[in-house]
Amino acid sequence: MIHRFLPLLVTTAVLVVGFLLCAAQFPNFASLRVVGNLLTDNAFLGITAVGMTFVILSGGIDLSVGAVIGFTTVLLAVLIEQGGWHPLSAFAVALAVAGGFGAAMGAVIHVFQMPPFIVTLAGMFVARGLGFVLSTDSIPINHPLYAELGDLALRFDGGGKLTLPALLMLGVVAAAVVCAHWTRFGANLYALGGNRQSAELMGVPVGRTTVAVYALSGLLAGLAGIVFSLYTGAGYSLAATGVELDTITAVVIGGTQLTGGYGYVIGTFIGVLIQGLIQTYITFDGSLSSWWTKIAIGVLLFVFILLQKGLLAVWTGRGGTPAEA
Amino acid sequence: MTDPTPTASPPLLAVRGLSKAFLGVQALDGVDFTVRHGEIHALLGENGAGKSTLIKTLTGVYQRDAGTVALEGRPIAPRGVEEAQRLHIGTVYQEVNLLPNLSVAENLFLGRQPMRFGMRFGLVDRGAMRRRARAVLIPYGLSLDVTAPLGRFSVATQQIVAIARAVDMSAKVLILDEPTASLDAQEVAVLFKVMRTLRSRGIGIVFVTHFLDQVYALCDRITVLRNGRLVGERRTVELPRLDLVAMMLGRELEAAAHRIAPPDDEREEDARPPLVRFRGYGKARSVEPFDLDIRPGEVVGLAGLLGSGRTETARLVFGMDRADRGEAMVDGQAVRLRGPRDAIRLGFGFCPEDRKKEGIVGALSVRENIILALQARQGWLRPIPRRRQEEIADRFIRLLDIRTPHAEQPIQLLSGGNQQKALLARWLATEPRLLILDEPTRGIDVGAHAEIIRLIERLCADGMALLVVSSELEEIVAYSRRVVVLRDRRHVAELRGGEVAVDRIVAAIASESVPVEPRP
Repeated sequence: MIHRFLPLLVTTAVLVVGFLLCAAQFPNFASLRVVGNLLTDNAFLGITAVGMTFVILSGGIDLSVGAVIGFTTVLLAVLIEQGGWHPLSAFAVALAVAGGFGAAMGAVIHVFQMPPFIVTLAGMFVARGLGFVLSTDSIPINHPLYAELGDLALRFDGGGKLTLPALLMLGVVAAAVVCAHWTRFGANLYALGGNRQSAELMGVPVGRTTVAVYALSGLLAGLAGIVFSLYTGAGYSLAATGVELDTITAVVIGGTQLTGGYGYVIGTFIGVLIQGLIQTYITFDGSLSSWWTKIAIGVLLFVFILLQKGLLAVWTGRGGTPAEA
Repeated sequence: MTDPTPTASPPLLAVRGLSKAFLGVQALDGVDFTVRHGEIHALLGENGAGKSTLIKTLTGVYQRDAGTVALEGRPIAPRGVEEAQRLHIGTVYQEVNLLPNLSVAENLFLGRQPMRFGMRFGLVDRGAMRRRARAVLIPYGLSLDVTAPLGRFSVATQQIVAIARAVDMSAKVLILDEPTASLDAQEVAVLFKVMRTLRSRGIGIVFVTHFLDQVYALCDRITVLRNGRLVGERRTVELPRLDLVAMMLGRELEAAAHRIAPPDDEREEDARPPLVRFRGYGKARSVEPFDLDIRPGEVVGLAGLLGSGRTETARLVFGMDRADRGEAMVDGQAVRLRGPRDAIRLGFGFCPEDRKKEGIVGALSVRENIILALQARQGWLRPIPRRRQEEIADRFIRLLDIRTPHAEQPIQLLSGGNQQKALLARWLATEPRLLILDEPTRGIDVGAHAEIIRLIERLCADGMALLVVSSELEEIVAYSRRVVVLRDRRHVAELRGGEVAVDRIVAAIASESVPVEPRP
């Protein structure tokens, strides 16, 4: 019972220990302001990573999310600034386009039985390319609603606040936890990631679930794009380059197995916070190059994959007859 | 066997005149099959008998070409596993049926979880699911942590969970496809208890197995298929084992084939030192420990029903599977067979049963296929010169009369018999001391069949030892000096000299076994 949650516990322990170390070194670190900023700065990453968790749980992968974020910011900027749209209608269109894009990739993966890696890699190029077709420049978004939404926040004593992006991320994470463990869709995702053929024999609607999970990932990448545009106040086709890899990292550090079937949404959330924590530490330190973030995350990722491997060996070795994972 | 009494209530499952063809090959030809309430019904047959086609047609994986299927008198035609399950036909396969990463409770209720706040958009009631899962498992004598991942439990437990799921989804007919194939004796006993309980609840169980002892221990009736046709349905108590084996193999026992190979003086033969000697050789869940000697120039046949351990024995001898007990000796020296490479180095060769999957490399030419093993033994860093390759290929094409326009023809364009001969050539080119042939004549026309038998005789006259696995009893009798008979993964008899005859083999297969002793 305990070792099922062990990867999750280890991840949480890393976050807590890391935070305590930071707090010990910098007296200002342990404040609501820092925590609030941590959530705001990583909101788009967290939202995207939730979609990625679902995709990976189902045994797939989605490499297109970073490109979809970039495309969404450009689409919003072009619609609002050049098309004169109201931001809310632009948001609706962006979400529909991003979700539809994901659904289309899911359909291709299911109908043609293609590897998700290849299909979403192609999707990544297409989405990134479409962004450049719309505009190659960074377009500032100056609509008044953007300023209002930027100010929207739950404020606490001592300068801490939960901004709209942070609240959105927390809402998405909460909804995703419910979805993963208290809905049939969630159970079907785990089933699909466990063994596709068995899931099919047990009556899981494989096609519908596959399309839905990529649509959801696209939709969340679109939402992350909206958050990203709120955060930066601009649309740029090169935005969020490489974010797909950051999200995969967060998912794996969070204890989800890359082969699918095992893992928790909440772990991904903690994985995102660990990445944010390292970044914040380097900002506080001031003397370290920001590339140390990447090195630290690289080491951490490696350690977590080794941990998973070890756990899996212990796990299957102990339970009598080893089952195929 | 149709039910002659129209006044009686209809049988649980009535299959009449079922036919199914694949690409012109008739897999099922007008088969009748009846399952009654509260019976365990064995469905038996050798390779290609049509058992799995029948099951897959019943469970909606295949659609039938002709015939009717009625459940309690109501005609049904399921179009998929899910629909079959809704129509009260549940299936449990030997493996790959549940999800090891999900909890026991989730496996039991996947797709039909108890819900709160509405069926469609509501939430799964996990507490209710756990409680119901525990309740469902009680009749099976399973008391376990239903929240633990299924993969942590033994195969037998997983199978019982699969049965519990099928039965709980209101199965009236439960199809168990070789459920005991990967279980040990104790686990089999637990499974049988579950099956008997279900029988007493009126469920009709279709039991597919290769273990005759299990059939006689458990089943009320037996239906035998052969080559897609119904051979007959009998009550188990009225069917002696000998008759059952004869039904499965399609042999008329009176017309026992006679031995063709000349009976040499066996005492003198036995005095020669064996080329290979196995003592207490075996592998858990594969073959029980056996003793086997093979002398130079000798043909030893391995006979038995499908799944009796014939192929497994051959794989152990060639090192494809690693033995976990016993010892092997070659020329009186103890050797270790850790893999086919060891066996090849010792001068063994192996022509597998499934040519397409394990034997030929379809896109390569006949020449390349023939020199493959020789090149592998010599090491890929020392290529055989092209001229030499061509000489070897041409020699074997001539010697074995392989019908191919030229040696450069891709082997997949050859007929089955010629592919088989090319495979044989591959091993002959290495001049093996012991050649293992698994079903050398399967899927080969009659003419090529006779040629391959002649070839086998010539090979052993040249001093090569042969170990041949075959389902064709006449064939085994025709060329074997000794025949090892297997049943239920155990070497049960060794016939030699004048004893080598079809009826003796059948009798050995059908012989009552000693009570199942617990395995060490």
